[in-house]
Amino acid sequence: MEKKLTTPITDSQIRTLQIGDEVLITGYIYTARDAAHKKLVEAIENNEELPFDIKDQVIYYVGPTPAKPGQIIGSCGPTSSYRMDKYSPYLMEKGLKVMIGKGDRTIEFNDVVKHYSGLYLLAIGGIGAKLSECVVENELIAYPELQSEAIRKLKVIDFPAIVAIDYQGNSIFNK
Amino acid sequence: MKKIERKTIIENVKSMLMDSVKTLHQEVIDAFVTSREKERNPLAKNILDKILENHEIANSKDIPLCQDTGLVVCFVEIGRELYFDYDLDEAINVGVSQAYTQGYLRKSVVKHPLNRINTLDNTPAVIHHEFIPGDKLIIHIAPKGGGSENMSTLKMLSPSEGREGIIKFVLDTVTSGGGRPCPPLIVGVGIGGNFEKCAWLAKKAILRPLNDLTENPIDRDLEIELMERINKLDVGPMGLGGDTTCIAVKVNSFPCHIASLPVAVNLQCHSARKNEVILVGKEIDNADNR
Ligand code: SF4
Repeated sequence: MEKKLTTPITDSQIRTLQIGDEVLITGYIYTARDAAHKKLVEAIENNEELPFDIKDQVIYYVGPTPAKPGQIIGSCGPTSSYRMDKYSPYLMEKGLKVMIGKGDRTIEFNDVVKHYSGLYLLAIGGIGAKLSECVVENELIAYPELQSEAIRKLKVIDFPAIVAIDYQGNSIFNK
Repeated sequence: MKKIERKTIIENVKSMLMDSVKTLHQEVIDAFVTSREKERNPLAKNILDKILENHEIANSKDIPLCQDTGLVVCFVEIGRELYFDYDLDEAINVGVSQAYTQGYLRKSVVKHPLNRINTLDNTPAVIHHEFIPGDKLIIHIAPKGGGSENMSTLKMLSPSEGREGIIKFVLDTVTSGGGRPCPPLIVGVGIGGNFEKCAWLAKKAILRPLNDLTENPIDRDLEIELMERINKLDVGPMGLGGDTTCIAVKVNSFPCHIASLPVAVNLQCHSARKNEVILVGKEIDNADNR
């Protein structure tokens, strides 16, 4: 049975989850890949305000295909998460709780997730058509110049994912 | 002298790409169905179901299978009897540009590896050429995702490492890639040639039809053994374990230097998109070919 998660994600929700659990996420999540992460971290280093309140939020590593007229979003599956490992600690320091992407992360990242009592979720790669059906709102909120890598605020209903690193730093990849 | 019109190239490249991003070849679907039946790991089975369901949704809703609609790789086989009074590569790139800008595909190409400025139409494609006898132009095209390409590897082995050395290198590549290249995979292996030739062989290997049996018995045995051993690694769909790590292994070989044993492994993710067309040259006199 899948467990339901509602954003923003609270510590009490996070503490009920173990690696391997299947979850369904409902609420607002934010998209960001490599280029947006670089900009967010630059903003933090320059003491600038972030384009959205990141506290207790969820970042989804995705760069969707453009929506056709009449569609909310194009294909929108996850990209590989390890490329964000360098940036994520800065964002978690600012309150980011949950990251969704595909594949393993560097082994040290388990401790980062533990340190911030966060959560790393896996979405299944390469099924962006199916995942697009969970997205009911899509608003570009920052860095439009990054094209598909711009930051979007998505509203999702029952977005499926699997717990890969839990708040205690256990990872599905090093069982 | 026979010609193929420039606009025929553009139209075919465009339509092949737009089809390929939402429809896999039947043989790939069949391989997923067969693997799903044999799969013993429930989570792996579940992921294979979702991959098949995704294919149906992509088809019925006319939406790309995957958000990474790739960097376009193109193998062009050019009949020696053909004559071109235009730039073939330019025509292919116009087709690519039209597919990505008009087909709502993601533009994933940057102008320079370090300036990271998007070219905004997914050009240029990486194009390889070969000459063949006759008057046909065969275009193989594949929008290749970054995730699986990033986990591909190349190594100049020492000849003494031999067959076991090759097998070990392939298995290491698949294991260390884990879930990142989106398994189940098609594993393309190039052996021999030199540094760049083995990479080319590996890339060509992933575009071979799945039921295409290599004539060379050495390569064929290697394909069979690798397939078996890769599927025992328990990498599984998305790296979460299972019997289905790859649906095919294709090995291409070429003569090489007495001192070398080059090996390249190109990984193709489960979104194994590709297309091909055979165009036949026509006698055209003084026609406006543009
Ligand atoms: S590796 Fe393939 S299936 Fe996975 S995200 Fe990239 S293109 Fe899509």
